Amino acid sequence: MSKQRMMPAINLALQEEMKRDNRVILYGEDAGISLLGQTTGLQENFGKDRVRDTPICENIMTGMAVGAAAAGYRPICHLLYGNFIYTGFDSIANQAAKLKYMTAGQVKLPIVYMAVIGGGRSAAAQHSDIPYPALMNLGGVKVVVPSNSRTAKGLLKSAIRDDNPVFYLTAAGGGRPEEVPDDDNYIIPIGKSEVINQGNDVTIISIGSMTLKSLQATKKLNEKGVGVDLIDLLSLVPIDEDTIINSLKKTGRVIIVDEARDICSAASHISAILSDKAFKYLKSPIKRVTVKDVAIPYSPILESHVIPEVADIVNCIEELLELN
Amino acid sequence: MMSIKNYVNNLSDEDLKRIYKKMLMIRKCEEHLGEATKNGAFPGAVHLYIGQEAIAVPLCDQLNDSDWISSTHRGHGHFIAKGGDVKKMMAEIYGKSTGICGGKGGSMHVADFKKGIIGANGVVAGGMGLAVGAALASKMDGNGAVSIIFFGDGAANQGVLMEAMNICSLWNLPMIFMCENNQYSEFTHTSEVTSGKIVDRAEPFGIPKYEVDGNNAVDVWQAAYQAVQRGRNDEGPSFIEAHTYRQRGHVEFEYTFLSRTYRDQNEVELWKTNDKDPILRLESYFIEHNKYSGDDIEKIQKEVQDEVDDAVKFAIESPEPDITSAMEHMIER
Ligand SMILES: Cc1ncc(C[n+]2csc(CCOP(=O)(O)OP(=O)(O)O)c2C)c(N)n1
Ligand SMILES: [Mg+2]
Repeated sequence: MSKQRMMPAINLALQEEMKRDNRVILYGEDAGISLLGQTTGLQENFGKDRVRDTPICENIMTGMAVGAAAAGYRPICHLLYGNFIYTGFDSIANQAAKLKYMTAGQVKLPIVYMAVIGGGRSAAAQHSDIPYPALMNLGGVKVVVPSNSRTAKGLLKSAIRDDNPVFYLTAAGGGRPEEVPDDDNYIIPIGKSEVINQGNDVTIISIGSMTLKSLQATKKLNEKGVGVDLIDLLSLVPIDEDTIINSLKKTGRVIIVDEARDICSAASHISAILSDKAFKYLKSPIKRVTVKDVAIPYSPILESHVIPEVADIVNCIEELLELN
Repeated sequence: MMSIKNYVNNLSDEDLKRIYKKMLMIRKCEEHLGEATKNGAFPGAVHLYIGQEAIAVPLCDQLNDSDWISSTHRGHGHFIAKGGDVKKMMAEIYGKSTGICGGKGGSMHVADFKKGIIGANGVVAGGMGLAVGAALASKMDGNGAVSIIFFGDGAANQGVLMEAMNICSLWNLPMIFMCENNQYSEFTHTSEVTSGKIVDRAEPFGIPKYEVDGNNAVDVWQAAYQAVQRGRNDEGPSFIEAHTYRQRGHVEFEYTFLSRTYRDQNEVELWKTNDKDPILRLESYFIEHNKYSGDDIEKIQKEVQDEVDDAVKFAIESPEPDITSAMEHMIER
């Protein structure tokens, strides 16, 4: 175990998996030098054959992954920022997500598409989006959103070993350094969430960057005598329904904290699942703490107005409890 | 010495002096931003245009407000060259309410549609389709207006360039493809990610091509003149590849997060010399040909610096945006 930030933990997972399986290849813009640090040193260790610098060409990058996977490789397609998923979206939505189904299961597509998502850095509207609602709606791709360095390592290893296209989306901020297991078989299974705080009064389901903020909100609420069951969701496709429903049975109240825009967010889908499958356990309406339905503005004042902050989470729960 | 051409009959000394002053305005704005970002004076990152001023200015000098430009993440220079307000640009980068986009866009999104500035763009080659659409509108209006897409050597590898060239040639649109080849695409040398010569990509589409020294304002002006005239006369698109160099980092501060260097410091220094730097080359020309004295140049430098200082003061003193503005302008209600 050692304390690490998000990017070095991602790097460690990549190093381990590329060593373990020589069918794993990685490519992306500036993958050699690495803009954000995930791929630092990979080219030196595994060669320019397996770790390639691509031109700027997201359309072919996302499509190439499908072809290379069908032909027996396990490509990792590094797309830098989440917004560039849109640039390469055709091959993602029309090919990667559908080819297996359309061809009656003839192919396996073990692809990892990775990108950094979300705001909070004054990077403005074209570098701050949370693209997972659109990806969830495709159906044919898995989506994972680690919240810190430990879950980043464990989930990336699972994503690389998975035989489906997996979107591996990490928060831009990257959170604070956490203990990361050195064990090169440490994995977090896709589709499993983690209960990171136990309490009886209310459930918070948090996603990615919102987990750290939810943890801070939990501390504040504890001081006020409110017990919080905090679930770090980790996987959006598939969703760990058992864990969230069990928590709801215990607390009867739930809020979902999601950095996506509210309309058709992950939060709204989770809310639909809960009202379908656990309605009778609800003591109050399911609440969503999400981004306002606008693009992410540049000015820090405007940006923190539209992205949920710790206070928004605390306020939402206080209002919810006063309702009863 | 690679001096600029001595005399060009369709470009007067007055033209050249005006161009010089605009280039200086860009340079001094960018120098300020490069310094101020070190102290965190404004939010967000900046991609500076220093070293490439002789591309945007001589081209935009031939345009008016009804012509369109669409640009890149390195877009401050294009904005100023096309007549964008320096104060409002500065305030935008400082994230203030008086910014040209009310503080909502920042450095990568400075735009002024009234001046034909479709804007900077955070998506590499993202401005391509926008410029083509504006060219289509100008063609349909038949008003002789032209549309320019500024894009980098890196952007030239996006497939949308091929789609744009095809449709512009097919429909004979008044479009100018202005590729600024500054030799790097982020931290990777162009040669490592680009096959063939970029300018040759125009050939199979039957688009006239010009290859110029992008650090020579006169060369750029001449090629731009041909391209603009073609557009105005409904003769269709043109393609210019201007060779240049990015003197600053891809983004300021890059060595605080990169694990290694990607270019030789001697190479960077070479491009800042009298022989290479586009502004120093113009100054040498003025002095050699007795168009300006050293004192004249100093005076102009000071004038421009004062204007930049005013813009910075305006930006700093302007109020933060009102939070209610965060909810405005998403869709027409
Ligand atoms: C679609 C897309 N992919 C990747 C990026 C990240 N990125 C920003 S600038 C850049 C390099 C652009 O190089 P070039 O077009 O040569 O312009 P220059 O920076 O040299 O001015 C990259 C890869 C982006 N902004 N948009
Ligand atoms: Mg470039």
